[in-house]
Amino acid sequence: MLRRLDKKQPLNFKFSAKNLAWAKKQILNYPKGRKQSAVIPLLFRAQEQEGWVSKPAIEVVAKMLDMAPVRVFEVASFYFMFHLSPVGSAAHIQVCGTTPCMLRGSDGLIRQCKDKISKRPMEIAHDGKISWEEVECLGACSNAPLVQIGSDYYEDLDEESFAKIVTDLISGRKPVPGSQTKRFSSEPIENLTTLGTKVEEAQNASVELFIDSSIKEKGSKTKRSLVSKKDAPNA
Amino acid sequence: MLKDKDRIFSNLYGMKDRSIKGSMQRGHWDNTAKLIKQGATWIVNEIKGSGLRGRGGAGFPTGLKWSFMPKPEAKKPSYLVVNADESEPGTCKDREILRHEPHTLIEGCLLAGFAMGAHTAYIYVRGEYVREREALQIAINEAYSKGFIGKNASKSGWDFDVFVHHGAGAYICGEETALLESLEGKKGMPRMKPPFPAMAGLYGCPTTVNNVESIAVVPTILRRGASWFSKFGRPNNFGTKLFCLSGHVNSPCVVEEEMSIPLKELIDKHGGGVRGGWKNLKAVIPGGASVPLLPANICEDALMDFDWLKEQKSGLGTGAVIVMDGQTDVIKAIWRLSKFYKHESCGQCTPCREGTGWMMRVMERFVSGNAELEEIDSLLEVSKQIEGHTICALGDAAAWPIQGLMRHFRHEVESRIKTNKNSHLAAE
Repeated sequence: MLRRLDKKQPLNFKFSAKNLAWAKKQILNYPKGRKQSAVIPLLFRAQEQEGWVSKPAIEVVAKMLDMAPVRVFEVASFYFMFHLSPVGSAAHIQVCGTTPCMLRGSDGLIRQCKDKISKRPMEIAHDGKISWEEVECLGACSNAPLVQIGSDYYEDLDEESFAKIVTDLISGRKPVPGSQTKRFSSEPIENLTTLGTKVEEAQNASVELFIDSSIKEKGSKTKRSLVSKKDAPNA
Repeated sequence: MLKDKDRIFSNLYGMKDRSIKGSMQRGHWDNTAKLIKQGATWIVNEIKGSGLRGRGGAGFPTGLKWSFMPKPEAKKPSYLVVNADESEPGTCKDREILRHEPHTLIEGCLLAGFAMGAHTAYIYVRGEYVREREALQIAINEAYSKGFIGKNASKSGWDFDVFVHHGAGAYICGEETALLESLEGKKGMPRMKPPFPAMAGLYGCPTTVNNVESIAVVPTILRRGASWFSKFGRPNNFGTKLFCLSGHVNSPCVVEEEMSIPLKELIDKHGGGVRGGWKNLKAVIPGGASVPLLPANICEDALMDFDWLKEQKSGLGTGAVIVMDGQTDVIKAIWRLSKFYKHESCGQCTPCREGTGWMMRVMERFVSGNAELEEIDSLLEVSKQIEGHTICALGDAAAWPIQGLMRHFRHEVESRIKTNKNSHLAAE
């Protein structure tokens, strides 16, 4: 697939102080003289900061890792998670469309995207807030169909629950990720066949990390109180 | 059915305490030094004796793979690289280990690393698994702060570091040499073999690449003994295994079961049965996207292990069971896989780069029936030209689902082509 840098590029790119410190630490994970190994993590962090990977960002990363800029561009264009053009500022919805999700109705989710966001993928709609695309297998097939939004997976969707998520995102709310039915993680939906029914944790690890990070973003000290608690799992 | 006391992943769904404290209560990190003090040879022999075969798809004996590692040299370090680039459609088992049972993996890294003479492990997590990566990093930090890894890990005298690395959405990086290229900061294009990674892997140093599940089961095998592990499953297919059920079952799930469990039992017991009942079953892909599908009549007696499925010209792969019921358009289902492989071909070898797109376009016409009957054979011919003529197995993986479709559902493809032709004739 042909992937090119965006025609409209910003003048410069700078890692935030926090991200710069993180990047310098990340480089130390690799042996001496092997800085180049950090290229994907650094580009990824640049994308998390800006929403996409720009030419100036590529040049900054190249400089930090003593690489030729074209080598960094090569990496940015090879790996599909790097957006080489801006995406929706509030959310970029990545709908998994591979067979396991297709069998459970991902076509319906794509239909919702076309109806509610825009006819074509990668078009930014709703005042620059939302865009969507179809992606290949996200690796959570027992919770199909699902979408990825930023760092999070929204699982066990149907058209109705997905439409609600889209509406929430358009109006500036970020819904709680994870299973959108009364399911804890990837246990059987109908009845737990193994490992007993005792539940000690409030939610699965992915959802907990989402909640922790949104609390950090909002700077609140009260843990887990900002987001409404989900229903009890099926156990 | 496997009993709960024999399950290695006792917190697979993350419902119980996921912290290191909770993991230790469930028996992980229990006197790891004692296992290490029995020596590297003992560990390798136990794993060989347990019959553990790689859980990433190819099923190569894990202990044997470790024994290929040369004796450690001062100048060239050895590396353990864990393949957590789980991207095979249908597969979602390593995700549960990473986020809910990370300590099984980290302890496994220490034991496996020691056994092969490595002081460093890199865990390569697929880019999409952001939360899973965070969960794993938290667990690694816990293990460092307890002294279980790091200098003199678990007071064993062995120094051991574990680093998390990640990709950015390239299926091909699940291929071990592409993964190493990616870890070195390059495009993930597979390398020619030989040299094999055990000779020249990461940074040109001896390296072993193992799947997450293969490493995560190691501590329990060593604690409970090779003979315990080999109690489960048929000879040459021993052990327990995580299976992922997806598609048209009433209760899709990830579940640990014994190897060689009948497919029917797996689906009925844990998957809540096929949607519309067993009689409504059309086909099953038993091991992830790249293995050929099985029609319902073969599924009746199917055993979920490497050898049984291989005899049926399919494979256990990653244990990812994709179920299709009677209402499924099986041609469309396989076309979607062709689209996947076309998207994920890295473009290095011509047969795969050109062939995957060509096959997808023909499959697309088969879905609507807008094709000639002869094209079925020419598609099969092309698939044979791709298979075995590329550096890595992605070309093979793209060819097999189509070959499987034509082996078992050729009549359906033919009838769709004929129906399409007749409707055109009628219109004229």
